[in-house]
Amino acid sequence: MNLRRDVFQAIADPTRRAILVLVASQSMTAGAIASNFDTARPTVSKHLQILTECELLEKEQIGREINYHLNPQKVKEIADFIEPFRKLWDDRFNKLEAIMKQYKTDN
Amino acid sequence: MESKTKINAQDGKQDLVITREFDLPLALLFKAYEIPEIVEQWMGTKVLKLENKNHGSYQFETTAPKGNKYGFNGTIHEFILNQKITRTFEMESANFGVQLEFLEFEELTNNTSKLTMHVVYRSVEIRDQILQLPFAQGLNMAHNRLQEIAKTLK
Repeated sequence: MNLRRDVFQAIADPTRRAILVLVASQSMTAGAIASNFDTARPTVSKHLQILTECELLEKEQIGREINYHLNPQKVKEIADFIEPFRKLWDDRFNKLEAIMKQYKTDN
Repeated sequence: MESKTKINAQDGKQDLVITREFDLPLALLFKAYEIPEIVEQWMGTKVLKLENKNHGSYQFETTAPKGNKYGFNGTIHEFILNQKITRTFEMESANFGVQLEFLEFEELTNNTSKLTMHVVYRSVEIRDQILQLPFAQGLNMAHNRLQEIAKTLK
């Protein structure tokens, strides 16, 4: 549960969302990511650390460089997070529809 | 098949829109909100009070499977037959505060209708928390199931 809550905290921050969008198109080094922001380099590093800890980003060592890329599995989990809420309402409305169809027949 | 219920919740906003198309004539859809006995059936709740009129109010009470009772209430700001209901909604046991709901009922054809429910929360944080609630409960349930399976393996 804690880990999952962290994922939502991670995407609540606009800079971290921007990083995810950047890395979504291609894997990048920390330096390349940081060059896209006016924010100080250590701040970007901190954001990268949080995104890696909650598994939204994955690190890959290439020679001396560390490349960051998106973890599509984890991203999909977030994309689906609204689905249970939608399902709750869908079930409720299906019930309403069934009850009213019955009501129509009875009256 | 395209799902009939749609949720539009934009990033960083404190509201959301739920839309649903029904295979029901408009008047029949509206009755599901108007008649207390029918509200009880599809909402799975007890209706303690439902005054469908301008400046009216309502009170529901739901009993959870374990017997705990949860209260819901709100005031009805505007009630226009077969058109719209503007009301507040509050879960008494939660700390989410009051939300404002604009319900609009539309006729599509003689036999189909559409409900648009625009819900405004007090803050972006509260909206996001409420959106995530069923997701988190689903996770809890999955977690509990895993624990039960783990027990049988011992």
